[in-house]
Amino acid sequence: MTDRTIIKIKNLSKSFVSKNGTVTALENINIDIKQGEIFGIIGMSGAGKSTLVRCINFLERPTSGTVIFDGKDLSLLSKKELERVRQSMGMIFQQFNLLMQRTVIANVCFPLEIAKVPKKEALKRAYELLEVVGLADKAKAYPAQLSGGQKQRVAIARALATNPKILLCDEATSALDPSTTRSILALLKDINKKMGITIVIITHEMSVIEDICQRVAIIDNSRIAEIGAVEEVFTRPKSQTARKFVFPEGKRIDRFVSNRCCRIIFDGLSSFEPVIANMVLECKEVVNIIFADTKNIDGKAVGQIVIQLPEKELAAQKILNYLKAKGLTVEEVHNYV
Amino acid sequence: MFELIWQGLLETLYMTIVSTLLAYVIGLPLGVVMVVTDKDGIYPLVTLNKILGVIINLVRSIPFLILLIAVLPFTRFVVGTTIGSTATIVPLVIGAAPFIARLVEASIKEVDKGVIEAAQSMGATPFQIIYKVMIPEAKPSLIVGSAIAITTILSYSAMAGIVGGGGLGDIAIRYGYYRYQNDIMLVTVAILVLIVQAFQEIGMKLAKINDKRN
Repeated sequence: MTDRTIIKIKNLSKSFVSKNGTVTALENINIDIKQGEIFGIIGMSGAGKSTLVRCINFLERPTSGTVIFDGKDLSLLSKKELERVRQSMGMIFQQFNLLMQRTVIANVCFPLEIAKVPKKEALKRAYELLEVVGLADKAKAYPAQLSGGQKQRVAIARALATNPKILLCDEATSALDPSTTRSILALLKDINKKMGITIVIITHEMSVIEDICQRVAIIDNSRIAEIGAVEEVFTRPKSQTARKFVFPEGKRIDRFVSNRCCRIIFDGLSSFEPVIANMVLECKEVVNIIFADTKNIDGKAVGQIVIQLPEKELAAQKILNYLKAKGLTVEEVHNYV
Repeated sequence: MFELIWQGLLETLYMTIVSTLLAYVIGLPLGVVMVVTDKDGIYPLVTLNKILGVIINLVRSIPFLILLIAVLPFTRFVVGTTIGSTATIVPLVIGAAPFIARLVEASIKEVDKGVIEAAQSMGATPFQIIYKVMIPEAKPSLIVGSAIAITTILSYSAMAGIVGGGGLGDIAIRYGYYRYQNDIMLVTVAILVLIVQAFQEIGMKLAKINDKRN
């Protein structure tokens, strides 16, 4: 990754006019994608991410705002110029979109035919690329004879044929099973590293972002909710949407209604023993830690922890007994919270 | 009698095949234009699309027998005569071209939109999309369509017998209908059935061989 911006999405908005009025798909999107990075765009379905990727290569013309690709403002280009620029932007799709009536090798040659590369040269390049994606032995096969993962590999080889500067991936792994997804992602990572090509990945799966992206933009409700380095967004998600992706199940812990608390005094038990964790595992009851102040002094745990006990009498008793059996000083404190 | 029917058969095949070819020369581009200029097409030209659509429907709604007679002056202008199998080719082409345009339009609309989008993402021009994606990808369906077209044109050509258009239909009308020679009528109809069968079979086989999707 360098500091040079290869794609600059500037104040981009897109709306569609339908029978039921105007639908806003994207609103004021600003993203800078650096040369050589793998950039992820994540969002729930309907968030506008597929529209966004189509705006990057102007398959969809933005309603306002623009995209600056490699120094060229795409909104100012003529149709012909735009077609030429697209030859330096590869794209792969969820449904692969291979030409079903052409062999694998002819599919890879296809963008080269469009770019009017001499046939011999095109074939040579196509074979090299099939080698890269590991499908040289399938050159003469038809797409219908390939598995999903193999089809996506052909699509990747095809997208790379014209030596593009960027590769746009629209839900490229969403139709694949987990292990195939991993191998496709590994291939993309490899291509990014070896060829230095910038990759933009659109997905709804957090695991894809985790696996290969360096930076991520989270799209929610037509807007960017959050944008930043993947570790940053993952460890300290700021927006509600980001949190939803990072903690997908939204695991809600039932709130403790009990007021019954007890204080556990540590005065010399080995600090190497995870007392509370063991207690939870053995008693199979959860507790809530209200306050804790313990120190490790020379391998001994010293201090106190206040826990909130379950409301059920039996469960609470079980915990108290367990702690006492461990030789800890336990006293009940009422209305601690 | 054998001589007569053999002659009729050759004339029928001549009319049908030449008419089909010429009708495709008009119908194929017309069908492609209908798809391409559609409002969701790769080169939308809505007004042109609507006008062509109306013309196609108009010609298609004229019963062939009436078209056959209505274009007689035009036929004389083009061919120099209004009788015989060459003269019949004119109304056959006019009648079949819009029908073929619709068949072609339906076949090309079946092509996966995603594949067309992929071609656009590679910077393909509309023209490249037409001849490198739409037509090759629709090929099996286009072949099935051409089998339908040729058999329909064959049955139209038999109708031309009523105005002395030559071919098996002419024989069936002149000998079988006007002179009550039922045997000739039966033989000609049987031959027509066989030709339709043959064209249909060949079309389906070719479509299957050309389809790489399975």
